[in-house]
Formats: sequence, C-alpha cells, structure tokens
Amino acid sequence: MTYKFPKNLKYADTHEYVKVENGCLKIGISEFAVDQLGDIVFVDLLQKGQTLKKGDNFGTIESVKAVEEVYLPASGEIIDTNDSVIENPEILQKDPVGEGWLVVIRPDKGFELEELMDSDQYQSKVAPK
Amino acid sequence: MKFEKFTDFFINRHLGLKEKDQKIMLNKLGFDEIQDFVADVIPKDIQTKTNEYSSLPVGCSEDKATNELKNIADLNHIKRSLIGLGYYGTYLPEVIKRHILENPRWYTAYTPYQAEISQGRLEALFNFQTVICELTGFPLANSSLLDEGTAASEAMSVAYAARENKASNVFLVHESVYNHTFNVLLTRARPLGIILKRFSNDTFAINESVFGTLIQLPAQNGELFDPSFLTSKSHKLGIVTCAVIDPLAQVLIKPIAQFGLDIAVGSMQRFGVPIGYGGPHAAFFACKDKFKRLIPGRIVGETISKDGEKSLRLALQTREQHIRREKATSNICTSQSLLAIISSFYAIYHGSEGLTKIAQRVSLLRKYLESGLFELGFQINNAIRFDSIDIYSENAPYIHKEAVRKGYNLRILPLGATIENSLGFGISIDELTDLDEIQELLILISNVLQKRINLNALVLDEMSLLEGIPLRESKFMQQSIFEDFQSETDLMRYIYYLSEKDFSLVDGMIPLGSCTMKLNSAAELNPISWQKLSSIHPFAPKNQVLGYSKVISDLESWLGDIVGLDAVSFQPNAGSQGEFAGLMAIKSYFSANNKLSRKKCLIPKSAHGTNPASAVMAGFEVVTINCDKHGNIDFDDLTEKINLYSNEVAALMLTYPSTHGVFELKIKDICDLIHDVGAFVYLDGANLNAQVGLCKPGEYGIDVCHLNLHKTFCIPHGGGGPGVGPVAVSKELKAYLPTFSMQEFSPCDLNFSVSSALHGSASILPISWMYIRMTGYEGLKKASSNAILAANYIAKILQNKFKILYRGKNNFVAHECILDFRDLKQRTGLGVNDIAKRLIDYNFHAPTVSWPVAETIMIEPTESESLTEIERFCQAMLLIAEEIHEIENNLYPKDNNVISNSPHTLEQLISDNWLRPYTKEKAAYPYKNKLINKFWSSVSRIDNAYGDRNLVCSCSLQDDQVFDEKKCA
Repeated sequence: MTYKFPKNLKYADTHEYVKVENGCLKIGISEFAVDQLGDIVFVDLLQKGQTLKKGDNFGTIESVKAVEEVYLPASGEIIDTNDSVIENPEILQKDPVGEGWLVVIRPDKGFELEELMDSDQYQSKVAPK
Repeated sequence: MKFEKFTDFFINRHLGLKEKDQKIMLNKLGFDEIQDFVADVIPKDIQTKTNEYSSLPVGCSEDKATNELKNIADLNHIKRSLIGLGYYGTYLPEVIKRHILENPRWYTAYTPYQAEISQGRLEALFNFQTVICELTGFPLANSSLLDEGTAASEAMSVAYAARENKASNVFLVHESVYNHTFNVLLTRARPLGIILKRFSNDTFAINESVFGTLIQLPAQNGELFDPSFLTSKSHKLGIVTCAVIDPLAQVLIKPIAQFGLDIAVGSMQRFGVPIGYGGPHAAFFACKDKFKRLIPGRIVGETISKDGEKSLRLALQTREQHIRREKATSNICTSQSLLAIISSFYAIYHGSEGLTKIAQRVSLLRKYLESGLFELGFQINNAIRFDSIDIYSENAPYIHKEAVRKGYNLRILPLGATIENSLGFGISIDELTDLDEIQELLILISNVLQKRINLNALVLDEMSLLEGIPLRESKFMQQSIFEDFQSETDLMRYIYYLSEKDFSLVDGMIPLGSCTMKLNSAAELNPISWQKLSSIHPFAPKNQVLGYSKVISDLESWLGDIVGLDAVSFQPNAGSQGEFAGLMAIKSYFSANNKLSRKKCLIPKSAHGTNPASAVMAGFEVVTINCDKHGNIDFDDLTEKINLYSNEVAALMLTYPSTHGVFELKIKDICDLIHDVGAFVYLDGANLNAQVGLCKPGEYGIDVCHLNLHKTFCIPHGGGGPGVGPVAVSKELKAYLPTFSMQEFSPCDLNFSVSSALHGSASILPISWMYIRMTGYEGLKKASSNAILAANYIAKILQNKFKILYRGKNNFVAHECILDFRDLKQRTGLGVNDIAKRLIDYNFHAPTVSWPVAETIMIEPTESESLTEIERFCQAMLLIAEEIHEIENNLYPKDNNVISNSPHTLEQLISDNWLRPYTKEKAAYPYKNKLINKFWSSVSRIDNAYGDRNLVCSCSLQDDQVFDEKKCA
C-alpha cells in the first residue's frame, strides 16, 4: 500500500495534517489514517465559531469498524467546517488531503508548527520504506 | 455386575472425540494420557486437586436426568396468573414453537456478524424492527434489548447522553412506572450521578436540571392517560421524553410517537413468548431519528451486496461497546434474538387484524369484569383502562386465598404485600382469558363476599372501549410479510426459506474464539417447553415455585463449586449484566465500608470492550494496563499503577485464560498484588470452558466472576441471544449481590437490581441444570480437557503454515488459538476478513475475526467437535494457505481471486457469464473430497459501508411496494 505524503503538509502524532493557507490552518487527517479506519461512514465536526485549545477534540470520524476522535494540532478559532464531508463522508475517503479536509482554524497569535512532523518524518513513522 | 437401569452416559454424546481419536491427537502433541497433557498446559500452582468438587453430581444418562428434572418441575404449581406487571399469559402458535423455538437451525446459530450466512435471522429481526416501528410510529427500532427494566434504563442513558444542558442530572419517573423498573433505573442512575424523582400528572414540573422523563402506559395501577401534556413543555426545554408502552395496548392506542414522545421501550413478552418465571423475553427500543447514533444494542439495517442483491447486516456497529469501550453509552453486548424472532412471527401469524382482535377482546373482557365488580359493590373510579384493574377491599386476603384455591393468582396490593396483609387485589386480562374465566372469577369473589351476582345481567359492551384516550386511526402492519403467510403451509415454508440461509451448528463447526459454540443437546433443550417450567409468573407465591427454587439452588451450589466462590445470583440476563452486577457488588462493599476513594478499575488493554463499558456504568474510572509482547498482563505496568493508586483501586477486571487464549503463569501473583492493596479481582468468565473441573478461580484469588451459561453451560446462542450471565462472589461480597423488590428501593440504601425479575432468565436455567446433571464432575473435566486438546491440536497442525500469535506454558495455548494475518495485506492486498468469507466456501462459519487483535483470527473448536470435523477445518485452512501463496506469487490477480471474491454464491456459479481467472470447482468445491451437503451463501459479499451511510432499519410500506414490483417484474 502506498500513501501520498504531500510535502506542504505538517503532521501530528494523532494523524491530523495542517496546511497553512492565507495565515489560517486547514486541518484534515492523513491518507494513512483514512486507510487504517476503513470505510468511513460518518463525520461529525464541532460548529464554527468555537475557540479551542491545541489537543482539544474537534470531531469524530466513524468507519464501519472503528470510531476515532480528531484533535486540533494548534489552538485557535474554527472559522470553517467542511459540510460536504459531513453530508458525504466518501469525499474524505477518496481525497483526505484535498477535498476531504475537515476544518479551517484561525490560529492564536504566535502559533508554532515546529512540534509537528514534516512529511518525511511522518512517513518514516507510519509507513517506513 | 450391578444392575443399572441406565447404562448410557450422556457425556459420551456430548464429547465429539472418541477415545481413539483423543489418543491420536495426544500422540501428535507428544502425550499418552490426557491428564498429563492438561497438567502441562495449566500452571501448576492453580491446578485443583480432584475430589474437591463435593457438590457436583455423578454423570448419568439423558433419560435419568430428564426424569429427575420432571420430578423437580412437578414441584411447581401451575396457576392462571393474572398478576400482570409486565408478564402475561400468551399462546405461542405451534407452528412457531415447533419450527423456530424448538428448531436448532434457529437456536444454535450465532450472532449474525457473518452477514452473508445469516440473512435468514437478519430478515426475521428486520421484521421485528418493522413490527416495533409500525406499533410505536417511530422511524427507528433496534433488534431487541434484554428486558423492560433495562430497556427503560437504556432510554434514560440515551436521554442523558443527548442532553443539551450538560449540568442537568434529574430524570423524572412518573408514578405509572413499575416499581421494579424504577429499581433497575435507580441502579443505573446512582453510579452516573443521575437523580431520580417520581412525579404524577398533578406534580409535573420541570426546570433546567431535568434532562428526561419516563412514563408507562398502561400505568402500574392499570390506568391509561394521554401523555400529550408532557411533551410540549418538555421539548421547549430540550428534555427527552420516554415511555414504556405495552405493545398490545399500543395496537389500539394512537402510536406513541404521535403523542410527541422521543423514545419508546417495552417488553414483547405477550407477543407469544411464554412467561417462563420471568424470562427471557425480548424488549424493544424505538426512537426518533435524531437519536440514531445513541441507540443501544444491535440494529439490523439494509445494504447491498457486491452483486447488487438487497441484503441485511448489523448496522452502525461503532455505537457498540466492543468498539467504543469506556466511551460507550451502554455495555449491552447481546440481544434477545430468538425471543424477538418469535415475537415477530407472532405478529406475522396474527397480522394487524388478528392483533387488533386480541387487543379488543382483552379490553372488552376487562370492561366486562369491571362491570361485574361494580355489581358486587366495589368502587370503580372513572379511569381509562386497557387490560388491568386494581381494587382495594378489606376482603382482599380472603379473595386471594379463594382465588389461589380455584387456581388463580391475582395481583397482591399494595405491591410487595403478602396475601395475609393485602389490602387489595388486581387483575390483568390476557390473550388466554375468556368469558368463562371472568365469570369464574366473579363467582369466586361473590362467594367470598357472600353476595349473589347475576351474570346474565352483565353485558359485553363493545362501544366506548378506551374512551378518553386517542386511538389508532390509520392502518398498521400493511406490508406484505404480514399478509402473505396466513396459511400454515405458507408460514412453515417462509420459516424454512429463512432458516436455510443461515449457517448454524446444524451445518458444521462454528469455531468462534471466546464464544464456545458447543453442543446444545436435545435433552438439555427439551424441558424449556414443559408447561411446568414455562408458565410460571415471576411474582407467583413462593410455595408455587418450589421446582424452580430447587433448580436454582442446585445450580447455585454446582456453579459455586466449579468457580470456587460462595454465592451466585442468577439475576443478570447476559454476561454484560453479570459484569455490571459484579462491579456493583464491589462498589456497594466499598460504600458500606466507607471507602469512597475506591474508584479505579484496572483493566488490561486486551480486555473485551464490555469490561471498560461496564466499569464506567458502575461508576468506576478505568485505568488501562498494558500487555507485554507475549500478550500477558504487563506485570511492571500493573505494579506501577497499583502503587500509584494503592488507595483508589477497587478492582482489577481480567479474563482467564486471557483473551489472547493462554493461561498466564503469573495469575496468582497478580491476584496477590491486588489483594495486598485491599481491592478485588473480577474474572470475566468468557473463557471458563478451559477451567471447569481443572482449576477454581476462587482458589487462585478471584473474588467475583460472571459465568456465561450460553457459552460454557450449553444454553444455545439463539442466533444472538438469550444469554444468561450469573455472577458468583466470595463470602465477603455475598451481602452485596443484586436483590429484587416489588416496592421501590430507597435511594439511600445499597440494594440494587439489574433486571426485571429476581432470577432473570430463569426458564432457560434448566438447560444448564441438565448439562451439569448429565455430565457430572468427571464429564465436565473431560469436556474442558478435550476443549484444550482440540485447540492445541489445531495449533499444532496449522503452525507450519500460520503464525500462532500467543502461547503460554510449554508453548501450549489454552482452549483457543490466534492465527496472525497481520502481514497478509502487504503480501496479497487481502485482509483477514477475506479469509473469514473464504471459509464460507469451505462450509465453515468463520472463527472470531480481528479480536482481540486486529487482522487475526481466533479459533475455539470446543469439546463437541469430532476429529473428522477438526481435520476438515485444518484442511480448509491449509488449502487457504495455498491459495494465499498463489496470490502472493501472482498466479491470480490480487483483486480477482478465490479469496477476494468469496463467498461464491450458487447464482454466480450457474451463471453463463463466468469470467473469472479460476474454475468454478476451485471457487465452490475447493476440497479434494467433494462435499455432499454444500452450504451456499445466499448473497455475495456484503457492502457494510453503503448501509451505514444510508440507514434503513425497518420495512416501510413504500419500500415494500417497490420490492413487490421488482419481484413481479
């Protein structure tokens, strides 16, 4: 099984990725995580407008065999949620690092992504060559 | 030679292995004698000495045991019990009794996790859900819960989980709700910090601390009322409104959902399921769509198969404790499949017209009775009633005595009183009541009162029945299943059309690890149909149930002896309830001894998900203990956690042999560690089949243990329930076992109930009684020994081709073994689930898949399988190993091969369009020797995701018509 590990993403231990876009952070889960979950059937996300701390749970993803919570890799306010993924979880299945993103947050000032892994580090952690 | 009337010994029928086969297997493992082999498998320090099982009988033949049980059953006195309170007389049509209840195709099947070979009972359970949705008017129903009291508690838990105001903690329980249901609610509420408050129509008041309400229709006193007043006010505040509803009353009353309620629960007992001294019966749970992801228990949902066939399987499984563990809303693990199926067939048998007639007759006869009682001078208030009436009278003790003398049990009022100090009597009319019965009752009451009653003056007034409550206005149960099978020929054929789709023990071995699918013998099952056991009301006076008392006390001493503990409660209706009851006993102990800091429950990572779910329900905080690389409890981690929480640990919950299928060597040390800090060790009895007669949990340090009578002691799995999970405890904890009362428990004392009857599912206890009586101590020991032998033999045969994941002492497994397929995906692109489906082509039900370790299978052959069947299984696995090898070496495409395309259906094989890169013979007849009785999967591989994304869990009228059109086209 080969997974894509886009170079422009940073990764958390708990398999969320972060993409920096216009000063905001687009957050989703990695292809590896999606593959591990199996067929995803349900996505539940917190509503926008909520301000959360790094490590807070911002949603739940259910597959036919597992249920996993997702955690924010940085503190901030949720300014957008991907409603089409909630309506149609198959989008997350098919394109987790593209159309299947989950939320966008406006990070607190002075946020750091240094603690997150870059794609090589993450790849060597989950799918060593 | 002494003359013996009975020369046959049942144990030889129970065991699958002949003596010469046992020898062959032992030799393969390097032994001559079974006891030497067992001594090498089980840690020496826990092996029990023989003759320490003083209470166990000497085994005998099935006819001898049957005669003994008949004599015991004769001690029960059969009366017509008109006590009601959730238990009613009902007639189970013979066609259902003979072809379902007494048919091993239905009762020996497992929970329908392997959906492709379970379409029959899945359809029957889907029908059950349709019946519930049609009756209650809700769009969603599950495929049954354990009983009415626990179903009400589940409704409370759902309301609690769904509450918008997370600070709210009050659940209002209407005075209409049975006291014994209140007690089960209280048991569940206390550990979660939920406060129960009783209310009446007059005292109904809500505020922001209330998260839910519960009413019951008809009420405990038989009265009906319009619940609309409750809903509008409640919904404004986001309060979840729940109702317990009698399904027969619901036939006439407007569907409860239309009153605006959110959740309805109830017992389907009076839909054809014999009372059986309290259980088992199926309860139901129905609700609005918004609670979909919080519904407890199993839900059958529609989906499609690979070939596009409409098919069914268990839906939204991520709700359940085996996945959510300590985060689950409920610990419920099983359901009451067999009973739910019987009830659904009862509904099919009668159809909506038949059910309406029964409900009307019941109500009419109640009205007739009422007018007679009025004639006799009793005060009858103007309430609306369905089937029951309560009368208070100073003559009550005499009326009860006379009624019993004439063969009737009436409800003793107030509830919980004895006949002598009774102040009133209540009568509940049921399906079996006729005019003669009412007249006999009226005459006997008039005799006590020394009054004359002119029965001819009483009229059956069909008008104004149930006046004052909105009635059902539209038709219900109009789907074709409720109309197509009115003749017995058609119904019989439908029953067999369904059952032949299902793989049960009738078809072959079901080697499910941790499930112990052993023989459920005919002699064991036969007594459950005896009237002397099946028609006893759970609240009947004690002197009428001496037979049951004897069965239960025998079982208590036998099972207590087997596990080495002092007392046993039979109240828990399932293993999960046994866990909850056992943990509550521990909790009560610490409360009674003022050790309130004891809040932590240690649970190994390898535990079944039910363990942490039960611990949370009992109010404990779960601390997870790691496992080492051999699959055993990580002793260092355990020591560290015990030291860290030495004053907080209440219990360690473990499974033995471990869920990894090995006898851990350090079990005694582990128990000692826990005892040293003043805590208890709880044993999950799932794997008791490896220990019976060989080692006693109580001796090696276990304080509490639940037993799964549906695993170790021959109660069949019923296609997914019933189960019985008695809990055994040490002397110290004996005072804290569940109790039962028809009066409300005080919120302050330590009494608790886990189900709606004192002895839970009492009517199937005779199955385990027969097993132990017939096998005796020697037989039980042989059974466990052979179970261990069979598992080790399989491990030995398969170890060259597969990795055996965990082994214990001397490299042996216990009574089950785990095969590791974790590298399969990388090698072939296939998963272990593909292997499970391929086994269907080989005429096998898969072993346990991906539990307790993902991408592995766990095989438990049990003692009941023959060497021939075991060899056939091994051969299947070895042939599959070859198939894997072929795929790995690219002889077949990774996405188009015998394994990825399994199971193969008959339809695929007879199709002219066979375009696969392998032969039909290889697909469906893979054995070298051809099978005579080929089992065909009725559908191709099922798509789970499709159904979970589009949940359909009952047959709507619309779908039904579309389906019919398709059939015709």
